[in-house]
Amino acid sequence: MSGTVTRGPEARPAPLEAVPVRHPGRWAAIVVIAVLVAMAINSVVTNENWQWRFILDNVFAQPVLQGVWTTLWLTVAAMLMGVVLGIVLAVMRLSPNPVLSGSAWFYIWVFRGTPVLVQLTIWAQLGSLYRSISLGVPFGPGWFTFDTRNLIPNAVAALLGLGLNEAAYMSEIIRAGILSVDEGQSEAASALGMSRMQTLRRIVLPQAMRVVVPPTGNETISMLKTTSLVSVVPYAELFFQTSSIGSRTFQVFPTLVMASLWYLALTSVLMVGQYYIERHYARGSVRALPPTPVQRLRARLARSGERR
Amino acid sequence: MSEATGGAAPQDVMVRAEQVHKYFGSAHVLKGIDLEVARREVMCVVGPSGSGKSTLLRCINHLERVDAGRLSVDGELVGYRERGGKLHEMRESEVAQQRRDIGMVFQRFNLFPHMTALENVMEAPCRVKGESRGAVRERAQALLTRVGLGDRGDAYPSQLSGGQQQRVAIARALAMQPKLMLFDEPTSALDPELVGEVLDVMRGLALEGMTMVVVTHEMGFAREVGDTLVFMDDGVVVERGDPKEVLVRPQHERTRAFLSKVL
Repeated sequence: MSGTVTRGPEARPAPLEAVPVRHPGRWAAIVVIAVLVAMAINSVVTNENWQWRFILDNVFAQPVLQGVWTTLWLTVAAMLMGVVLGIVLAVMRLSPNPVLSGSAWFYIWVFRGTPVLVQLTIWAQLGSLYRSISLGVPFGPGWFTFDTRNLIPNAVAALLGLGLNEAAYMSEIIRAGILSVDEGQSEAASALGMSRMQTLRRIVLPQAMRVVVPPTGNETISMLKTTSLVSVVPYAELFFQTSSIGSRTFQVFPTLVMASLWYLALTSVLMVGQYYIERHYARGSVRALPPTPVQRLRARLARSGERR
Repeated sequence: MSEATGGAAPQDVMVRAEQVHKYFGSAHVLKGIDLEVARREVMCVVGPSGSGKSTLLRCINHLERVDAGRLSVDGELVGYRERGGKLHEMRESEVAQQRRDIGMVFQRFNLFPHMTALENVMEAPCRVKGESRGAVRERAQALLTRVGLGDRGDAYPSQLSGGQQQRVAIARALAMQPKLMLFDEPTSALDPELVGEVLDVMRGLALEGMTMVVVTHEMGFAREVGDTLVFMDDGVVVERGDPKEVLVRPQHERTRAFLSKVL
């Protein structure tokens, strides 16, 4: 360590003396943006209609927290459903069996081709199409019969609507990931005697993840916000809860700000999670992983500690 | 020369190809290949690119299916089963079963980039044969040591040089304890100064009596290590014999023309 420190300055030749390039454009941009930001802050602080007091009083209110919780589990559950079903669909689409790839294509065609708002409403209204559902011999006698109003409560309708729609999108993302893996990888795996399933699970999917994770993070963030649509089912997630406070108290605008703040906070948490997952799947594709922000902070603290 | 052309006893034959044909669409890539590789023999296959050498190699472990003719390894038909005078295509799992015993080394290494060198070597014995991790780890470590990489087991492929990667790939194939090793231009993607280390490992394998089919452009290796040299051009075997003979006194005009370009 000390050797390199003493040798460094001696070995390095004197730096070139040159006038650096000036950037007048940057300064102009700074001035313009600073003025705009100042105007925005001024209006937010001085305009009474923002009702910051009201927002502060209600942002952690019980129904809002309940809505946040519902939004969170709905996002996680719908994404899980989307990813699992998406993997199945992607593998089906890439299967040499034309019936499997055709069915997967049809599924994607239907669920990607109709608005998710319409799908959610259909799930919520399914009871008006089928009064009851029975399990039994196809076209024959039924053993168990359910009333659809009890079978599809609003939570399930919300989850089905979001999850099945998401699966169509996820399957295309995962298919792209699988196709991005070099064919030599599956060849090497088959040459070693690995089966198709083993090759997929052990060799292809882990490598596909590197391509799959960034758009999946995107989908998750998008899903978090799409959950606001299930208020039509109706299902009481975050936006439903803040809207009902808004209509009850006639403070519509502040409740919109409240909802936005919550969505922003949750999205930020998701972005941190995405960073670490991406880093995990970069293993082996880069020679050395860059340090995480935490590691960087720790290194900086250690360095300043040494100096002292 | 004697073993390959003279027709060895059936139990001494590792690979036998009879009138093997292969088409890619309308392209006729293999036009009736007849070939025998004896047990413990090292056969080097040379020829211009597009002559069908790699395709032949890939037919031997059924990465490509043969369109006509018969190809067998160790007395067993590859990819098909004969029952009542009729050929039946094998299920994928049965083909996988056959491939366990045939090691293959690729031109572009094809190591699994998300696993360390040691994990690459351990993967197939653990997953395919279901051997215990402890025993496999020991054997994998020994194999890495044998190819001169005993201390690089924790490295990912991207942290290794081309020559090191190819040696890990050889260790990975050996971990399945194959009875036959196929090499598909194993040094063609390497920088010239890294070729030697890979050839050294292959030379060691040959000395231990491994049966090897090597598609290569390394004439020096073919002359020194090969028992037989096969020259292929345009989907046919043009000439075959003792490498020292063929390389010095080629019998066919096409062989002569090719050798004059590469030697």
